[in-house]
Amino acid sequence: MSGPSALELRPPVGALLPWRREPGAPWVPGEWVRRNLFGSLFDTLLTLAVLGVLALIVPPLVRWGVTNATISGTTRAACGPDGACWTFIRMRLPTLLFGHYPAEERWRLAAAFAVVGGCAIPVLREHTRHRGLWLLALLTAAPAVAGVLLVGGVLGLPFVDTSAWGGLMLDVVISFVTVAGSLPLGVLLALGRRSELLVVRSLSVGFIELWRGVPLLTVLFMSAVMVPLFLPGGVSLDRLVRAMVALVLFNGAYMAEVVRGGLQGIQAGQEEAAYSLGLHWRQVQVHVVLPQALRLVMPGIINTVVDLFKDTTLVTIIGLSDLLGAVSLALKDPAWPGFATEGYVFSAVVFFVCCFAMSAYGRSFERRARDAR
Amino acid sequence: MVRRPSSRARAAQWVLLLAVVAAAWYLVSNAGANLAARNMGIGFGFLGDTANFDIPFKLIAWDDSDTYARALLVCLLNTLLVSAMGIVAATLLGLVVGIMRLSANWLVRNIALTFIELIRNTPQLVQIIFWYVAVLQTLPPPRQSIVLPGGLLLNIRGLYLPSFHDTPNAGWLAAMAVLLLAATPLVWRLERRGRRIGAWALVLPILALGAFSAGIESVEFPAMHGFNLTGGIQIPPELVALWAGLSIYGAAFIAEIVRASIQSVPHGQREAALSLGLRPRAVLAKVVLPQALRVMVPPLTSQYLNIIKGSSLGAAVAYPELFQIFAGTVLNQSGREIETIVILMGIFLAISLLTSAFMNWYNRHVALVSR
Repeated sequence: MSGPSALELRPPVGALLPWRREPGAPWVPGEWVRRNLFGSLFDTLLTLAVLGVLALIVPPLVRWGVTNATISGTTRAACGPDGACWTFIRMRLPTLLFGHYPAEERWRLAAAFAVVGGCAIPVLREHTRHRGLWLLALLTAAPAVAGVLLVGGVLGLPFVDTSAWGGLMLDVVISFVTVAGSLPLGVLLALGRRSELLVVRSLSVGFIELWRGVPLLTVLFMSAVMVPLFLPGGVSLDRLVRAMVALVLFNGAYMAEVVRGGLQGIQAGQEEAAYSLGLHWRQVQVHVVLPQALRLVMPGIINTVVDLFKDTTLVTIIGLSDLLGAVSLALKDPAWPGFATEGYVFSAVVFFVCCFAMSAYGRSFERRARDAR
Repeated sequence: MVRRPSSRARAAQWVLLLAVVAAAWYLVSNAGANLAARNMGIGFGFLGDTANFDIPFKLIAWDDSDTYARALLVCLLNTLLVSAMGIVAATLLGLVVGIMRLSANWLVRNIALTFIELIRNTPQLVQIIFWYVAVLQTLPPPRQSIVLPGGLLLNIRGLYLPSFHDTPNAGWLAAMAVLLLAATPLVWRLERRGRRIGAWALVLPILALGAFSAGIESVEFPAMHGFNLTGGIQIPPELVALWAGLSIYGAAFIAEIVRASIQSVPHGQREAALSLGLRPRAVLAKVVLPQALRVMVPPLTSQYLNIIKGSSLGAAVAYPELFQIFAGTVLNQSGREIETIVILMGIFLAISLLTSAFMNWYNRHVALVSR
């Protein structure tokens, strides 16, 4: 082997270039290990240090969470002292997932989920005919059917008060309503912010900057304690509905900024061409600008959705019992004292799985869009 | 491409404004009627009333007989403290993780990736409560404190730092240290006959450290005396949990910003610098990072704002910051829903606008210098 050429010369530490196999070269395990883990003296030390730290951290975690953990049994007596007690989670699972939704009515949750999911899959899939129609169904018909199923009180379905809603289901319902409401609102606000009309522009900018400048918690709190004061006497609005409205307004402002990024990414020529074809402002926006802009910022929209899904945990602080609230409630059960770690690890894992799946979809979308260009 | 809006659209916007004003007037009149029914008015006069509650953690003197207005100041300082701590720690950690993410070492790269994905995909509130309930509350009692390097003690009552006792001249010496530090970047830029003489600037921080330590008469380490830990400064577990939650969550996002902005520097820049014979470290410090910094500033601003706004999550662990005290204790005691929420939103809005104004100024400054 002759000396390395200038281009092959792997820049040492600090140049920030990971090693890549030459295209077409075979994968040699020995070389991979040498290049990736023991490339230089510094790399070797780094690898050894990291391996050492991992050896200290990982085995105790595995012992606690898997090897010494218990999941069988029905009482805390089944759990050993030095492992996780997943029995606690197993026994509490229905409450953690569905809150106090009556057990005999839970099929309605599944049905509502199936209806919404049935419309969502064609919208999110890669090749769909009439995607617009599916989207319309997802935003109008599906929520209406799901709402009837969840609330009941008509068609012989027993009424279930929203105070009985809880657990992961509450996070999912709130997130869906928030996305369905905030995305159209965000599009309107983004168009408003770019409008030539002074009043429309100032109102949009004021609205967006106000919500983006305050913490979500104050907005939720406003919906919980301040909004009832602004309603006419005798009128009361469900606490969950108020929280949802607050979340829609708040996230609408964030969606607006994401969509605005997309609008700015569309070349002016697109709009000019559409106008010169004789289209009106609304036709130009709906048929030419928005489809391109929304496709462009889809990763950003998905990021916002992931963020708002995580943020639904904040409703715990205004007294709604979502997954995190259900965990905190379960921890107060005198029959199961001292399982805080298990409870919070469980809720973290559930959120991680949901959010990671969404982020992964976002990344795959991004890749597809890049390949299509 | 400016397309003049039609006169119909121009007319319609005034209708919109009218509708917004009408809706606002309707809501306000409702609130007026509701408050009148409860024999209450709107006003911020209650800020002058005696608070009569304790604030467990404060930076300035606080007494039960002080007013709500002083409580506001105490809590604002607490909010600013945890935000500043969060921003500093998140930036440092984020920088390290972001650079790790680009390491040539596969193991280091993927550890950073795992950290980022784990943290970014779980709710911040769950993390803060996890640090508080599952980690800090399971620490040993003061007697079996975990001893950290530098004389720090960690136990169920929080983190204990060594405290400094000042000499009478400490104030002057500290001011001198601050001045020396402030002068460092200015001196660093000095050039004479095309030659850099600013390297002397590196002496200044050492002098500053000297001035600062000359002001310290003695250092007191926390230690067990009988049944109590005495000496040192106690950082309560609520603050530690909130700090950890804010900085670790923020760091995961900042790491991605760091990575993306370093990668946004065109590859040719790096190759050109290498081919000019610059050492790899100089390539990073003089070519890559200055350009990356410029890309980094705007997204970093919104992360800093997120950390400041996130400090309101202290309510979940009862750290006495603005939200916890005002949306909790003060609102319950005074029954002033509208006023407390308006104060809270107003303060956070002001902090957000000031921070983004500062970062915008800094952004222009960086953009100008590196062209």
